Amino acid sequence: MPEPILQLRDVSLSFKGIKALNALSFDVERGEICALIGPNGAGKSSLLNIINGVYRADSGSVVFNGERFVRIRPAQAAHLGVGRTFQHNALFRHLSVLDNVLAGLIRHCRATMVEHAFGVGRDRRESREFNRRVDEIAAFLDLTNHRDRVVATLPYGIQKRVDLARALVGGPSLLLLDEPMAGMNQDEKQEMSRFILETNASLGTTIVLIEHDMSVVMGLSHHVVVLDYGRKVGDGSPEDVRRNPDVIAAYLGTAH
Amino acid sequence: MSAIGTDAIEGFGTTGSTAQGTRDRLRVGSAAVLLATLVSIPLMANDYWLNAILIPFLIMSLTALGLNLLMGYAGQASLGTGGFMSVGAYATYNLLLRLPELPLPISLLLGGIISGLVGVVAGLPSLRIKGFYLVASTLATQFLLEWLFNQYGWFSNYSTSSSISAPRLAVFGHDLSSPTGRYFLTLATVVVVTAVATRLVRSQTGRTWMAIRDMDTAAAVIGIPVSAGKLKAFFVSSLVIGIAGALWAFAYLGTVDARSFNLDRSFQVMFAIIIGGMGSISGNYLGAAFMILLPILLDHVGGGLLGGAIDAGQLENLQRALFGALMVWFLIKEPRGLAALLSRAWTQLASCFDR
Repeated sequence: MPEPILQLRDVSLSFKGIKALNALSFDVERGEICALIGPNGAGKSSLLNIINGVYRADSGSVVFNGERFVRIRPAQAAHLGVGRTFQHNALFRHLSVLDNVLAGLIRHCRATMVEHAFGVGRDRRESREFNRRVDEIAAFLDLTNHRDRVVATLPYGIQKRVDLARALVGGPSLLLLDEPMAGMNQDEKQEMSRFILETNASLGTTIVLIEHDMSVVMGLSHHVVVLDYGRKVGDGSPEDVRRNPDVIAAYLGTAH
Repeated sequence: MSAIGTDAIEGFGTTGSTAQGTRDRLRVGSAAVLLATLVSIPLMANDYWLNAILIPFLIMSLTALGLNLLMGYAGQASLGTGGFMSVGAYATYNLLLRLPELPLPISLLLGGIISGLVGVVAGLPSLRIKGFYLVASTLATQFLLEWLFNQYGWFSNYSTSSSISAPRLAVFGHDLSSPTGRYFLTLATVVVVTAVATRLVRSQTGRTWMAIRDMDTAAAVIGIPVSAGKLKAFFVSSLVIGIAGALWAFAYLGTVDARSFNLDRSFQVMFAIIIGGMGSISGNYLGAAFMILLPILLDHVGGGLLGGAIDAGQLENLQRALFGALMVWFLIKEPRGLAALLSRAWTQLASCFDR
């Protein structure tokens, strides 16, 4: 059994004395799609923010690729291979799709500002290589037709896909998706699910996602972790979780 | 896709479509015509035109370009422009004075680099604060630099008056002190800096700046070095502004005078980029033209029409009011500045050609 890509042990976080996460532990296996579910305020987004260094856990440990994250910053997490999309639109709104996705490659940039200013040294080769990678990702996520549009002028569903492209272009080994389908209609959700499955299958990216729509979660994920008030109340395959009485009580309710 | 209503800034156009192609050709063509005109101007224009209109217009454009890199591209507002101009002017003056063997272009560049380094120090607060608070801290830089150059005589070589005369300008033995010489020195500097800045804003460095401007938290999460990006923007911006300050002193005024680099100057440059268009290269020239040329035009028109009818003081007030009103009117017409207005006009022109 290979080592899990992500191991969380007794992670706790509180805001001004209010516990957001309480001694949370679980593993994410390499290559799986893991869904985090739970009611609003269960601590799902806080957990993603801990994994990529936006928040710092009060106690407990995060081990990614065998490396323990201590006082990690978001930029470092990105360098180590943690990609991230956002619940609320966080694109660079005045820039084109191309520029937004190219920005996802800035951390791979070796050319210095002087090389950029005069178009010498590594600049030309790098910008050719970057454009090629953006074209690949744009084709993969069906964004080629929108390549030169300013993102603020695009429909919401496509903006979410640009966000995914920006996170994917740098080749992360772990991708954190914070409600990738929030506010989408059924068709857009299906389309996004297909892109997430394809990303996982053809690029081999491990994915941790937060989603509220249970039918989407059950269709997408290999592994489901259920949170309630900062505690883990379920952890297993979608079928296990669906049958777990604690989970039903906490989240799914009887109506489902 | 129909060309009508396309707009590069809003991005409704797609590159590769015929309208865009025609538009780009129109723009490149008109830029070439403009440059040819600027180069041949000294053949026709008299010294008044060069001295009082074209040289200050070009230097104001360069200053606006410097501020636009910081404020329009990287989203870091600054009122320290006058201060950075004075650093460039005094640094270049001292280099010319103390290291006379250096050629003028090198002294100008080094003066700019010194100004850039001062800009990095002035930009350190931007790592912690933003918006109005950052403006307040750059304001402090402005006042500190004004005070510094008045207080310490070393910077002005212990000259008894606060203004000192500039050394003779020469590049590789060619005397540039004539109006034509100073004009070409300015024009050459502006062309070179514009070319480099255009490259820079289209590179990953420029993309870093725009990402920080649009959404700094997301930028950090996708691994963009936000702090380094901000400081680089302060460096390049202050470098360009410093070179512009040195030109203002040597190619325009002929003296180095801290009073011409006061807070009014900082505001003037900020207005120029707001009017011209933030985050646009051509907007700097349009904004500078608005700030420098329009008052002169109003002066002449006003003097011609109402010269005898009302007294000079009243006329001046009237011109200021009219200038202010025009500024407000333009901003209501197009909040993204004259550059966006022009871009729309180009698109419409291009669609006429394609029809």
